[in-house]
Amino acid sequence: MSFTVNLRDVTLKYGDADALADVDLTLEAGKIYGLLGRNGAGKTSLLSLIAAFRRPTGGDVLVGGEPVWENAPVVSRVALVREGGDFDDADTVKDVLASGELRPSFDPDYAAKLADKFELPLKKKVRELSRGKRSVLAAVTGLAARAELTMFDEVHLGMDAPTRDAFYKELLAEYMDRPHTVVLSTHLIDEVANYLEEVVIVDRGRVLVHQPVETLQGRGATLTGAADRVDELTEGLELLAEQRLGGTKSATVAALDADLRARAAAAGVEIGPVGLQDLFIHLTNPDRNGA
Amino acid sequence: MFDDGTPIYRQIADQIKAEIMNGSLEPGGKVMSTNQYAAFYQINPATAQKAFRELVDEGVLYKQRGVGMFVADDARDRLAADFRERFFERVLAPLVREARQAGIPLTDIIDYLRASQDEAAAQTEKGALQ
Repeated sequence: MSFTVNLRDVTLKYGDADALADVDLTLEAGKIYGLLGRNGAGKTSLLSLIAAFRRPTGGDVLVGGEPVWENAPVVSRVALVREGGDFDDADTVKDVLASGELRPSFDPDYAAKLADKFELPLKKKVRELSRGKRSVLAAVTGLAARAELTMFDEVHLGMDAPTRDAFYKELLAEYMDRPHTVVLSTHLIDEVANYLEEVVIVDRGRVLVHQPVETLQGRGATLTGAADRVDELTEGLELLAEQRLGGTKSATVAALDADLRARAAAAGVEIGPVGLQDLFIHLTNPDRNGA
Repeated sequence: MFDDGTPIYRQIADQIKAEIMNGSLEPGGKVMSTNQYAAFYQINPATAQKAFRELVDEGVLYKQRGVGMFVADDARDRLAADFRERFFERVLAPLVREARQAGIPLTDIIDYLRASQDEAAAQTEKGALQ
C-alpha cells in the first residue's frame, strides 16, 4: 500500500510570517514527485507538515485519507529524511541503523545491505562522519524504513556524483520492487528529472506549479536559426533568454505550441529542449510578471 | 539517447519501432517489461509505461495479461508506411533544405544516390559470386 497526500487550504505561520499560505495539493499514491523551490520557498515546511513534524496554523493535512497530526499509526509509516538526518551525534552508525526498528516496516536486512553497499563505517560515531557519509546514512535510513510515503529533503548534500547516482538507482529499484509514494526535494533538478513522474514547484509559500514532468519539459523550447527568422517567429512571445552569434540567433521561449513548432520547422529554425532547471529559474524569477 | 528534446516515452517507442523494423524484435516476440526498461534507462517506470501504451494503441504491441507485452504479427506492415513518411520528413526534407543552402543542385544528389545504389548492387553481386 502507498499513501496519498492531501493538503487543503493549508497555512503555516512562523510568528507573523506566512511560511505557507493557501496550499491546496494532492499527491497520488505510488508516484515519484520532485519538490522544487528556491531556498526559503517553503519546501521543508511543506514536508514537515506532511510528516506531522509540525502542525498547520490552518487547513487540513491528510495522509492516506486521515489527518496526520498526532496519528501514530499513519506517522509510523511515513518517513521524512531531512538534510543531514536527525541523528544524535554521539550515536554510532550501528545505533542509528538499529533505531530504525521503531518503525513497523523497517527492514534491518535491507539496512545492513545498504550500509555495506555504501560503505558506511558501522562503528564510527555520527559526529565523526564526513558530510557525504552523513547524508548517505540519512538516505539509507529513509530507504530501509520501507515506508508507504518516503520524503527526502535535500538528502544528496555532500554526496559525490557516483554516490548520488547509486542512491538514485537504489531508490528506483526499491520503488519498483515495492510501490510507494516518494517525494524528492532537491536543487539538482536536471539530475533527477528522469526519475520523476510529477513536479511540484513551491515559490514564496505557495504552490506555483504541479504538473507531470513531461508537460513541464514540453512547455519551453530554444529556437535557433537565422536571426530575422527567429525574430519573426518569437515576436510578441515571452523570452527566457536570447543570444546572438553573427547572423544566427538563439531564443528560448517559455511556451511552445504546435503552431509555432510547425512554423519553426517550415522556416528551417531548429527546435531544442529547455532543461527543467532553466524553466525553474524562469518560473521562480521574482521579476516575472504574473508569477 | 534522451537529448534531442523529444519526450523520453516517445524516444523509447521509436526505438522499439526501429527494433521491429530491423528485425531484432520479431513478430510475436516478447518485449522487455516496463520495469526492465525503467531500470536500464534509469527512468520513471510510468514513462516506459507511456511508451508501451502508445504502441498498444497503435497496434504495434499487444498485451497478454500477466504474461507481458508482445510484438503484433502485422507490426512491421503497420510501421512500414509510417517509416516511409518519417524518412521523407526527417531525412529527406532537411537534406533538400541543406542542399539548397549549400547551393548543391538536386540533380547532383540524385546522381550520387544512383551511383551508391549501383555500387551496393555490385557488392551484393560480388558477394553472391564468392
